[in-house]
Amino acid sequence: MSDLAIELRGIDKSFGPVHANKNINLSVHKGTIHGIIGENGAGKSTLMSILYGFYQADAGKIFVNGDEITIRDPNVAIAAGIGMVHQHFMLVDNFTVLENVMLGAEENAILNRGIVNARAELKHLEDEYALEVDPDAVIEELPVGLQQRVEILKALYRGADILILDEPTGVLTPAEADHLFRILEQLRDQGKTIILITHKLREIMAITDEVSVMRRGEMVATRKTSETNVEELAELMVGRRVLLRVEKGPADVKDVKLSVDGLTVRDNRGVVMVDNVSFEVRAGEIVGIAGVAGNGQSELLQAITGIRRAESGTVLLSDKPIDVTGDADPQDLRKRGLAHVPEDRHHMGLVLTFEENENAILGYHYDDEYLNGPMLKLDAIRSHAASSAEKYDIRPPDVRLKTSNFSGGNQQKIVLAREMERDPAVLVIGQPTRGVDVGAIEFIHKRIIEMRDAGKAVLLVSVELDEIRSLSDRILVMFAGRVVGERTPEATEGELGLLMAGVEEEQEAAQ
Amino acid sequence: MSVPYAKLPLWVEYGLIPLINLVVAFLVAGLVVLLVGESPIRAATLLVQGAFGYGEGLGFTLYYATNFIFTGLAVAVAFHCGLFNIGGEGQAYIGGLGVAIVALALDGIFPWFLTLPFAILAGALFGAAWAFIPGYLQAKRGSHVVITTIMFNFIASSVMVYMLVEVLKPIGSMAPQTETFLPGAHIPTLDWLLGIFGLDIGGAPFNLTFVIALVAAFLVWLLIWRTRLGFEIRTMGASPTAARYAGIKEVRIIIITMLISGGLAGMMALNPIMGDQDRLQLDFVAGAGFVGIAVALMGRSHPVGIIPAAILFGMLYQGGAEIAFEMPEISRDMITIIQGLVILFAGALENMFRPAITTFFATLSGAGRRSEATAAGE
Repeated sequence: MSDLAIELRGIDKSFGPVHANKNINLSVHKGTIHGIIGENGAGKSTLMSILYGFYQADAGKIFVNGDEITIRDPNVAIAAGIGMVHQHFMLVDNFTVLENVMLGAEENAILNRGIVNARAELKHLEDEYALEVDPDAVIEELPVGLQQRVEILKALYRGADILILDEPTGVLTPAEADHLFRILEQLRDQGKTIILITHKLREIMAITDEVSVMRRGEMVATRKTSETNVEELAELMVGRRVLLRVEKGPADVKDVKLSVDGLTVRDNRGVVMVDNVSFEVRAGEIVGIAGVAGNGQSELLQAITGIRRAESGTVLLSDKPIDVTGDADPQDLRKRGLAHVPEDRHHMGLVLTFEENENAILGYHYDDEYLNGPMLKLDAIRSHAASSAEKYDIRPPDVRLKTSNFSGGNQQKIVLAREMERDPAVLVIGQPTRGVDVGAIEFIHKRIIEMRDAGKAVLLVSVELDEIRSLSDRILVMFAGRVVGERTPEATEGELGLLMAGVEEEQEAAQ
Repeated sequence: MSVPYAKLPLWVEYGLIPLINLVVAFLVAGLVVLLVGESPIRAATLLVQGAFGYGEGLGFTLYYATNFIFTGLAVAVAFHCGLFNIGGEGQAYIGGLGVAIVALALDGIFPWFLTLPFAILAGALFGAAWAFIPGYLQAKRGSHVVITTIMFNFIASSVMVYMLVEVLKPIGSMAPQTETFLPGAHIPTLDWLLGIFGLDIGGAPFNLTFVIALVAAFLVWLLIWRTRLGFEIRTMGASPTAARYAGIKEVRIIIITMLISGGLAGMMALNPIMGDQDRLQLDFVAGAGFVGIAVALMGRSHPVGIIPAAILFGMLYQGGAEIAFEMPEISRDMITIIQGLVILFAGALENMFRPAITTFFATLSGAGRRSEATAAGE
C-alpha cells in the first residue's frame, strides 16, 4: 500500500445533470510518471481539480501516501505535498521569478525573511534538479518554457512530492517540450511522483511509466506504457478504431488564389506582429503555417480576413486586391469567396449564447436566402442549419439548442459547416482541431483534404506540428512575425522545430 | 463540458425563479414594516387592494405600468446590444418636449386621433435625438454610454427648466408649465375597457397610450428576434469580436440601437402629457426612466417579461401610495424601500437561489436525464 503516492477510490462528481466523473479508481505509484489521457470533456481536469481541492467529490476517498485525507481546498493539497502546474500559468507577469515563487508563502509582512529563505531554497532546488532560472528575471521577459519552469519551481518550493502537470506542452516548441521531459525524468529519478495530463498520445509514449485512459467520465483502462501502443490508447480514448494518419493523394495545383505580399501588421500595443510576410496559396493546395503560438499567426489571419487593419502590404484574393490597410469588410470578402474558420471559435467564430441555427448563418445573415426584406426567414435558416448538421454529423442534431451546450468538436463542426458549405475559393483555417476530441479531429481533417481536392486554396494555421505535417502540401514556418522558412511535409520534426524556435535565437538564449 | 449549471425547464426559468425572488423581497419588506411597528399583513392587503381591488386603483396601476413598459423596453433594446442606457429619464423628458410642441401646434386644428400620430413621432424623434449623442460618442469615441447618458439626464433636466420657464410658459403664468392643451391633443381614457369588467375607472388617467405601449412591446419583440437588424444587435451585444468577424458594422449598430432605445423612452412622454395632465410640466418623468432599468432586468429584457414587470412596479407605485395614505407610520420613503428590495432581489440578486434550484431539479430528474446529458455532451 505504501508504495502508492496517490490512490483514488470511487471518486464521483456531477455538475447538475452532467456526470463528469463516474466512480473513478486510480493508483499512482511513488517515483513514477503517470499519464492520464482522454479526450476533451472526458473528465481529466475535473478529476485533477478534485485532487487539488478546487472541487469536492460527491463521493469517494482520496489517499495520499497511504493516508486518507479530505482535500477541502488547495491549501490542504499543498500541505499534503501535492503541487499543480496549470495549463495557463498562474504567474504575475510583472513580478520577478523570486517574487512569484514566494507568492503565497511570504513568511512575514515585510518580506525580509521570506526573500532570504526563498533565494537560498531556489538555489538549492536549482542545484538539485538542474532547473536553472535567474531569480531576478521578470516573468514577462522570459520565454514560455522558462515560465513553465518557474511554475514547477513554485510547486517544489512549497514542498511538493507529487506534481500534477495539466497539458504542459500546449505552449511549447518541440525542443522546449523535450527539455521539459528531461526535467520531469530527473524529478522522477529524485523520487518525485508526476501525474501528466495530456491528450497527446506521443507524449504519453515518450515519457510515462504508466498510463490511465479516461472516456466520458469513466476510467476505462490503466496500462504499463511499455506494454501498450498508440493505436490501442487511441481506441481506448475514443471507444472505436481511429485513423491516426490522414489519407491524401498528391495535390493538383492550379492558379494562385491568395497572394500576400509584404504584409506588416501591428497588434493593439503597436508591436510589429507580422513583419513583411509574403506567400501565395494556389487552388488545390494546402499551405500550412507552423509556429509556436504568439508568433504572429493570429494577426496574419486577422489581417487577411479583414478583421484587423494591416500597416502595409498587399493581399490579392483571386487577383483582386483586399483593402487590408484600409476598411476591408469581412462581409464583402465572404461574398468574394473567402471563408474563414477563426482560431478562437468561442469568441469569434460563434456566439455561444445563440441557438445553433443562428450561428449556422453568422456572417452570412445578409444573404437573401435567409431574408425577407428586413425580416429573417426562420424556416429557411433552420432547415439550412438542420441540413448542415446532418452533413457534418453535428450532435445533438437540435438546431434550437444553445451553442454553448455543444461539445468542442461539435462547435467546431458548426463553424466548419458554415464556412465550407458556401463553396468558397479560398478557405482560411486557424487551429481547426484545438479543443476538439480525437474522433472529430479525424472528421475535420478529412473535410479539409476534401476542400483541397475540390480545388480550393486552403491556408492552414496550427500550433499542432503533427497536424501541419499531415495536412499541408507546403509548410511555412513563422517565427517572431517573419516567415523563416519553407519546407515540404517530408521535413523532419526536428528540422521544423529548429525553425519554429528561430534557430539563431535559440542558441543565444542557451548562453 | 464544464457547464456549471444545466438548462432548467422554461417554467422554472421564467416563472418559478422570479416568483421566489419576489416572495423573498416581500418577506424582507414585511420585516421592515414589522420593524416600524405595523402589521405586514395589513400593509400587504392594502398594497394589493389599492392596486387591483377597485376600478380607480387598477386604472392608476395600469397608468404607471404604461410608463414603465416604454422605459423598460428602451433599456432592454440597449441591453441586447450590450449597452447600458441609463439615460431613459432624460430621453423621456426631452421626448416630452417634442410631444408638447406637436400638441400645442395641432390641438386647435386636428382632432386627437390626427394629432396622436404626429405626437408619437415627435416624442420618439426627440427622445432618439437625445440618445444619439451618447450613442455617437460611444460608437466613434468609445466614451462609455453609462457616463454620457447619466450626464445627459442632468443636461435634459436643465434644458427643460429653461424651456419651461423662458420659452413655453404662457405670459403671466406663475407655474413653469405649458398652457393646457385643447381637446384636440387629449388621448382618451380606456374607461370603457375597465367598464366591460364592471369597474369604474373614476379619476384614473388610464388611457389609450397603454395600447400603444403593448404595440411597441410587440414591435420590439419582432425587431429583436425576427429581423436582420435584431440579429446584428444581439450578435453585437453577446460578442463584439464575433460581430466584427461576421462583418457587422459596429458604429452603425450602436448608433441605431441607441436611437431606437431613446425613441422608446421618448414615447413614454405621451402617457403623462397627453393622457393625463394635458400640459407639459416640470419633472413629469418622475423616475420612470430609472424604474425602466429594474423593469428590464426583471423582465429579462424580453417584452413578455417586461409587461408583467411593469405592471408589478405600477402596483408598487399605486398600492404604495395607498399604504402611505392609510398607514401614517409608513411614509412614502418606506415604499421606496420596498421598491428597492424588489429591485435588489429581482435584479441584482437574481441568481441567488439559482444554484440551489438547479441542484434540486437535477436531483429530481434523476439518472435517466444524466446519461442523456452526458451523451449530448459528446
